[in-house]
Amino acid sequence: MISQNSEVILAVRDLTAEVDGTPILKGLNLEVKAGEIHAIMGPNGSGKSTFSKILAGHPDYTVTGGEVLFRGQNLLEMEAEERARSGIFLAFQYPIEIPGVSNLDFLRVAYNSKRQHAGLEELDAFDFDELVRQKLDVVKMDSAFLSRSLNEGFSGGEKKRNEILQMALLEPVLGILDETDSGLDIDALKIVAGGVNQLTKPDNAIVLITHYQRLLNYIVPDFVHVMARGRILTSGGKELALELETRGYDWVLESETVGAGA
Amino acid sequence: MTTQVSVNPGVGLKTSHRGGYVQDLVNTRPSLDSTTLGAATTLVQTCRDRAEALLTDRPLPTTREEEWRFTDLTPLTQVKFVGVAVDRPVPSVSEINAFIHPETATTRLVFVNGVYAPQLSDLSGLPAGAIVGNLTTVASQYPQLSEYLGQQQGAEEIFTSLNTASLTDAAVVWLARNQAIDSPIQLLFVTTPGEAPEINQPRCLVVAEPGSSATLLEEYVTLNPGVYFTNGVTEIWLGENAQLHHTRLQQESQAAFHIGKTAVSQARDSRYTCNAVSLGAELSRHHLEVYQTGEQTETTLNGLTMISGDQTADTHSLIGYTRPHGSSQQIHKCIVDGHGHAIFNGKVFVPQAAQLTNAAQLSSNLLLSPKARVDTKPQLEITADNVKCTHGATVSQLDSDEVFYLQSRGIDAHSSRKLLTFAFAYDVLGQIPVASLRDSLSQLVRNQV
Repeated sequence: MISQNSEVILAVRDLTAEVDGTPILKGLNLEVKAGEIHAIMGPNGSGKSTFSKILAGHPDYTVTGGEVLFRGQNLLEMEAEERARSGIFLAFQYPIEIPGVSNLDFLRVAYNSKRQHAGLEELDAFDFDELVRQKLDVVKMDSAFLSRSLNEGFSGGEKKRNEILQMALLEPVLGILDETDSGLDIDALKIVAGGVNQLTKPDNAIVLITHYQRLLNYIVPDFVHVMARGRILTSGGKELALELETRGYDWVLESETVGAGA
Repeated sequence: MTTQVSVNPGVGLKTSHRGGYVQDLVNTRPSLDSTTLGAATTLVQTCRDRAEALLTDRPLPTTREEEWRFTDLTPLTQVKFVGVAVDRPVPSVSEINAFIHPETATTRLVFVNGVYAPQLSDLSGLPAGAIVGNLTTVASQYPQLSEYLGQQQGAEEIFTSLNTASLTDAAVVWLARNQAIDSPIQLLFVTTPGEAPEINQPRCLVVAEPGSSATLLEEYVTLNPGVYFTNGVTEIWLGENAQLHHTRLQQESQAAFHIGKTAVSQARDSRYTCNAVSLGAELSRHHLEVYQTGEQTETTLNGLTMISGDQTADTHSLIGYTRPHGSSQQIHKCIVDGHGHAIFNGKVFVPQAAQLTNAAQLSSNLLLSPKARVDTKPQLEITADNVKCTHGATVSQLDSDEVFYLQSRGIDAHSSRKLLTFAFAYDVLGQIPVASLRDSLSQLVRNQV
């Protein structure tokens, strides 16, 4: 949903970053406005996942240059938890398992930390229970999931649905989905995509990081970016994804003269 | 406490001091009173004499001995312990209420400073025929106690001998043939440290006749911080096809010393599970020894050590197979913060006769500070040729990806670490079959990080 007057949610300018001294991002530019869905595609090792982790504040990555503004604020100065509370959400490619902590308790702690940040009163167990049960429908999850330990023994599809459930609860301004479609069968993919589509609103934005065009049949992007060698090499509309599907990435890599950013 | 000035803190001096130290501890024992011991007098005297003979001229072990390489007993020898004063006030039920579980409200046996406290015990919830009590009450009904008390293998170990040489009373649980007791039975050892550092030497005897089953909680706790020394021994005998789910909690004062022995023998087809949780004491050591004496016995050992500050916590376990088709699953976890030092030594002996043994051992350790230390040593001695024995050891810090996952959900870094540490511990805590104890320990672990 493109609209010229919408708020700029994310502005990334000339971002460079490294991990353990190895440069990964080499001058990345991206602008995301409210209401938009962006897809970032690219071959393995292009820096897609690194980019998503840097946005969410992973401490293992060092930003060496450039800037990232989130609704005009300098994002890079904020701790990971502050970013989350301010409205950034990263759906993980590999969500972690925490035995002994029920999914319900975890969701309540996460939800209330955001409420607290916004100066709102925390929800008690009873009210939260009611809220979370409504959200379960978004990803067609059974309430039995709530009493199980967080992600422990969940199938790949269940873990990804649980990520989207968290997103539904936390209602982020910017949702970043890191390869959420990887390893999903078609039924699980449809549920996950359906969940994301329900969460898309005029005042928020989604960045999908994916390896496969398949996801974009179910979540239709406004922009598609091709990332390689730590930069965005070319950008276009949803038709670019189809072109990548038929022609692969090589032609983009060969014509690297194309400027970054749309 | 005395200060010793010496140009060369000589080895000879130290050794002779250590030799006398054990005898000094034996001398703190109360003398036997046949009017209170009654039918048990001869039995107790025999046990004492036999153990005292084993102690003759035995010095305290030093770090030069392989078994004590990582655990230095010097801090113990620097304290002069006295016997438990006879006139010490016994706490009220309300004072020990925090240690009584709803599940064991009417199935608990309480000892204070090693002495049986009938006014704090409540056994009204036991089914008819179940025998739970202290030695003197049980001895008159069960003369065959002498076949079990002090008879378990490993009696020559120095602290075990010290306990037996000082034997005065014991907590006894006797399960009759085919008797299944549903309510967990709690053996609670409470310490109320006084002015002078005292040594108390609790003793438990559990005999499970063939086909019986029960859940047992053995807990060492304190009402206030203070220096004292608990030297406990628990002997457990499982008859054929008997089953015991045992949880042992060591939550002594942070300034205390705790040395404990759990010696178990398992007859054919029996099943034994031990959840051993060590949280307290400045210096602690748990000897956990399981002897499989029959075919197709199952042993499950879950251990959790969680220490910080200057605590040292040592677990030495042994699983001794003798017959075919036995199995054991062992997981031992240590969480070490501050300058803490955890030690794990896990012996598994599989002799030629123990074919088709299936033994798995895992030692998993989490270091929370740069000064924390863990020494872990699997020790498998296998001579049988058709067996499956595995072991593994890991030492790690909290995974930054895991901390990041929680932070990315708005949970601050400190709370994230707490949650992940708890999750590490829960593998073991989650096995405790008594909900209120499981929950209170979970809470404790969550708050301790």
